Amino acid sequence: MALNSIYNEILNEHNIRPTHKGEMADPTITMDGKNPSCGDEITIQLKVGEDGIIEDGCFTGSGCAISQASVDMMLDLIIGESKERALKLYDIFMGMIKGTASEEEIEELDEAMALKDISHMPARVKCAVLGWRTLDAMFKE
Amino acid sequence: MNINNPYRKDFPIFRDFPAAYLDSAATAQRPDCVIEAEKRFYETMNANPLRGLYRLSMEATEAYEDARESAAGLIGAKSPAEIVFTRNSTEALNLVAYSYALTFLKEGDEIVTTVMEHHSNLLPWQMAAQRTGAVLKFLEPLPDGTLPEEEIDRKITEKTRLVAVGHISNVLGIENPVRLLAQKAHAAGAVIVIDAAQSVPHIPVDVQELDADFLVFSGHKLMAPFGIGVLYGKEALLEKMPPFLRGGEMIESVSLTEATFAELPHKFEAGTVNAAGAYGLKAAIEYLQGVGYQAVREIEDNLTALLMEGLKELPYVHIQGSEDPKKHNGIVSFTMDGAHPHDISSILDGFDINIRAGHHCAEPLMRFLGVGSTARASLYLYNTKGDVERLLEGLPKVRETLGLDRV
Repeated sequence: MALNSIYNEILNEHNIRPTHKGEMADPTITMDGKNPSCGDEITIQLKVGEDGIIEDGCFTGSGCAISQASVDMMLDLIIGESKERALKLYDIFMGMIKGTASEEEIEELDEAMALKDISHMPARVKCAVLGWRTLDAMFKE
Repeated sequence: MNINNPYRKDFPIFRDFPAAYLDSAATAQRPDCVIEAEKRFYETMNANPLRGLYRLSMEATEAYEDARESAAGLIGAKSPAEIVFTRNSTEALNLVAYSYALTFLKEGDEIVTTVMEHHSNLLPWQMAAQRTGAVLKFLEPLPDGTLPEEEIDRKITEKTRLVAVGHISNVLGIENPVRLLAQKAHAAGAVIVIDAAQSVPHIPVDVQELDADFLVFSGHKLMAPFGIGVLYGKEALLEKMPPFLRGGEMIESVSLTEATFAELPHKFEAGTVNAAGAYGLKAAIEYLQGVGYQAVREIEDNLTALLMEGLKELPYVHIQGSEDPKKHNGIVSFTMDGAHPHDISSILDGFDINIRAGHHCAEPLMRFLGVGSTARASLYLYNTKGDVERLLEGLPKVRETLGLDRV
């Protein structure tokens, strides 16, 4: 089923066995994200060093497979990167969904590329971007 | 797929539509006769009703008022004057809250409702309580959805002035004891408001037998066009209530500083009315009466039993509410281990199976049941065994698509 291609092995793996699900003792930033219309809720915790490098990150929450797997994939990508790089990846991810990002840019998203086809499921786009929107809000506040 | 259902052919959407439509509690599909009635209105009777002095307008008026009689007949109202057309159940409930509750309730009075209401039968009462100082109290059901009489006796007291309750829960499908609630409400000196949005399309509803003071339903759930709904109110109550909306066609006479209002039911129908929708509603009521509630019941009960039996075979599926299919009125909500309801609905859509997922506009009930959201399949008179079988075959595919069985 083409419509269900979004539920690929990469997404399912991140949903069933998330790498970054849990809480940390000493986060430097914590932020809640919510999709009120569908009830998806997440809390992201990051530990950002004085040099602006994201040293560690984790999340808790509940929601659909797409929202949960997307946050986990995002944390995979941004841990070890600078804030600026994380925000650049945010732009690319949003660009991938809007169809404005180039193939080369999309390659930078690594496994998060698995969500490329979400643009064909308009009702689920908000699930895929929940983690990224929360990350953006964290750095802009 | 049509073999066992003689009514399915009456619904044009099924002719070219490959999906198993199992979301009739959200909105029903429309038969040809309803679509044609609305078209016929615009093609042959269209003028602004209740105003014009020419024949076409009078014809439109007649079509509109015939529809009112038809709605009165369906639910056993004593007079068409007791039928107010609204956009839907939500607007009808708001009308009662703004016009009746804000006028007649005061601080210290109590409004009793249940934790299982659709938001449309909760938010208007929250508003009324906030504005009047009345207290909102909630009846809590047993795990299967039943409201025990002791619970009713605990919550309805001499302070109760209004009881607002759904006739059939849009999540659990259970029928609430509205007749008993009406008796208890009346004994306490309160009025009862019945949200019949999920009942009128499926079971016979008689406002005399229930002794309902107010009862509302939406046309679109009983196969009528969108945008037409009904408020029934006892004449004596409607008479003493002030208008809800003010403007054209609801007046007797108007000066620059004041106005007197039209007779019932026009007092509550400000502005140009949805005459074509009402005409379509009449066609839907006639269609439903032609099929007969007995036949609707039989189809829904058989399919609900088949669905619930099948769901019980799946160890990872959990049905919400009663174990008894007959208590579900064609509505079956469920959860699935490891799968969020939104994923269930999305993935089933990939297999052309349409079910609802989410909180079903009943967030307090979700909290009460201890679930974040549920998936919901709901049936109507055009559904077939094939529709139910497709859903039952689709659920293992949901597990497979999510990679859950490879864990």
